[in-house]
Amino acid sequence: MAEKPWAHMSADEKRAWRIDRWRNPPIEFVSPEAEADYKARVDRLLAAFELRKLDRVPIRINAGWWPASWAGLTPYEAMHDAARAAQAWTDFTLEFQPDPMVSPILYTTPASVFETLDYKLYSWPGHGVPKDASYQYNEKEWMLPEEYDHLISDPSDYMLRVYLPRTVGAFAGFANLHSFFDFTELPFVSGHVGSWGSPELADGLERIAAASRLVGGWAQATFAKIGELMALGFPAFDAGATKAPFDILGDSLRGTREVVIDLYRRPEKVLAACERLVPVALDWILQRPGGLSTPVVFIPLHKGADGFMSDEQFRTFYWPTLRAVILGLIEEGVIPFMFAEGRYGSRLEAIMDVPKARTVWLFDQTDMARAKQTLGKVACIEGNVPLSLIHAGTPEETAAYTRGLIDAAGEGGGFILDIGAVADSGKAENLRAMINTAKEYGRY
Amino acid sequence: MAQDLVQAMANMKEEEALQIVDEMLEKGEDPNHILDLTSEAMRVVGERYQDGTYFLPELIMSGEMVKKIGEVLKPHLAARQDETKKLGTVVLGTVRGDIHDIGKDIVGFMLEVNGFEVIDLGIDQPEAAFVRAVKEHHPQVLALSGFLSVAFDSMKSTVEEVDAAGLRKDLRVIIGGGQMDETVRKYTGADAYGEDAMAAVAFAKKSVGVS
Repeated sequence: MAEKPWAHMSADEKRAWRIDRWRNPPIEFVSPEAEADYKARVDRLLAAFELRKLDRVPIRINAGWWPASWAGLTPYEAMHDAARAAQAWTDFTLEFQPDPMVSPILYTTPASVFETLDYKLYSWPGHGVPKDASYQYNEKEWMLPEEYDHLISDPSDYMLRVYLPRTVGAFAGFANLHSFFDFTELPFVSGHVGSWGSPELADGLERIAAASRLVGGWAQATFAKIGELMALGFPAFDAGATKAPFDILGDSLRGTREVVIDLYRRPEKVLAACERLVPVALDWILQRPGGLSTPVVFIPLHKGADGFMSDEQFRTFYWPTLRAVILGLIEEGVIPFMFAEGRYGSRLEAIMDVPKARTVWLFDQTDMARAKQTLGKVACIEGNVPLSLIHAGTPEETAAYTRGLIDAAGEGGGFILDIGAVADSGKAENLRAMINTAKEYGRY
Repeated sequence: MAQDLVQAMANMKEEEALQIVDEMLEKGEDPNHILDLTSEAMRVVGERYQDGTYFLPELIMSGEMVKKIGEVLKPHLAARQDETKKLGTVVLGTVRGDIHDIGKDIVGFMLEVNGFEVIDLGIDQPEAAFVRAVKEHHPQVLALSGFLSVAFDSMKSTVEEVDAAGLRKDLRVIIGGGQMDETVRKYTGADAYGEDAMAAVAFAKKSVGVS
């Protein structure tokens, strides 16, 4: 493709460029067959995304820690042995043969990284939760109500000098740094640089450097395995993630309880913060050095689900800024992939207001027949074999559910089969029943 | 004025509610009566949650208002025994390996406004903690909460240990949380699963013979 400056490209040209990069990765395939498989998988996913005709229902596996337990590793072991963990995830993909690979990236980062940093936002196996449990967020009011104005006026400064020192021990010394605008004038520089002199900050920088080296070792082991899977014919799915502005604010800044109290005590601040976080959410993923390896960007959706707020609150506080992020990503040629955790039945009409054939929505306990009849007219839908069935059902029950699901949601394409919730474990025979049903019954 | 307070609280008017409480205290109103009015307001909130008008924000906000009013009333309150007769006792907690608490807290709130004594053990509770609490509090209902799939197995082993301790005879067990359904209920050996807090209330009422 003739190289046109990025800024001059249309959304469709940017999208075509990203798709081309995904479909033709700079790797050597192990065989012509593997290359053909890789391209067929990418094309199948793209056809589903774009609501076009395709050969069969694509299959994705919403696996959390399952590849670890399948290989006999606890989450604790997976976070302490990068090589064995990466191998477990590779073996899992090769065993079950989904369309996109099951990536280890979100799960196998070494626990030592978080220990070195003194990362306080989460508990992880062996550190606050048992060794056989997954990492989990520690609910707390990490951002105080009087800090809204700082967040709104300068989000990155707020993160660097207030939020990080509070939530990550290695950044504690950053709390005493002067403004970075000091560097715009020579006479102010020494005042700023002097603020870097505390022993706390020096210790923190050493710990950050040490954590970076730990990540380096892990990344080497992990990305080599991801490259192997690609060479064998399995494309990666999403290239990274961002979040809905309301979730950025509510998940780990204000906290669940505090953000919903804010809807009553300071609604105008919530709205202003969400609006301010739209470009932040876009830059978070779009300004990443090195660019994106696939056109798909993951957006997990949390606090807009049924039950978390009323329809009016959803349409006021949650959806407008999420929609702005979705549109901003599409404008940059990205395919936004939303994971609507929990139930989303009452939101289906609202979220239909997106450009046709440009988004993908993974549902858990949402009625897929209704999703097909509403959102399915304009977007690819994905889901939703129940986690309970995968974990505690039989292969017959799983196959029957999958057939019903394909009947309800698969007609005419625009559907990807998946597990509705993140599976940290399950019965292999049930997963096989789900996959085989799609490969046989899911042919178009 | 009494009804104004109930209305202000039920309609999420926090400042107005606090102002009415101040005025009532100034006029010499019995602080215990004010406390009863907050309970009445919570019942209205519970009803509105039940009929789908209110959601998580209103439950949490009303809990906040009760807390604030409680702080205002505290210096004025003479010690009083809570003479309200409870319908029954529920031991509640999030099972081992899981630290999610929002869903559990909503269930606790709805059980309390519906007249139950709730013993909330907290999050990441081992099997033995539930066994101990059942022995100590003799609840009619044991309510196990969990969000992640690790909870499936923790719920199963908790039910097994409660059974093994011979405590199941007069005890009914309900599980709840994002992924719970009939398949998981059977797997864990619980008596019921609840899709939401209302299901937990209905189950608890049925378990103590109240409809």
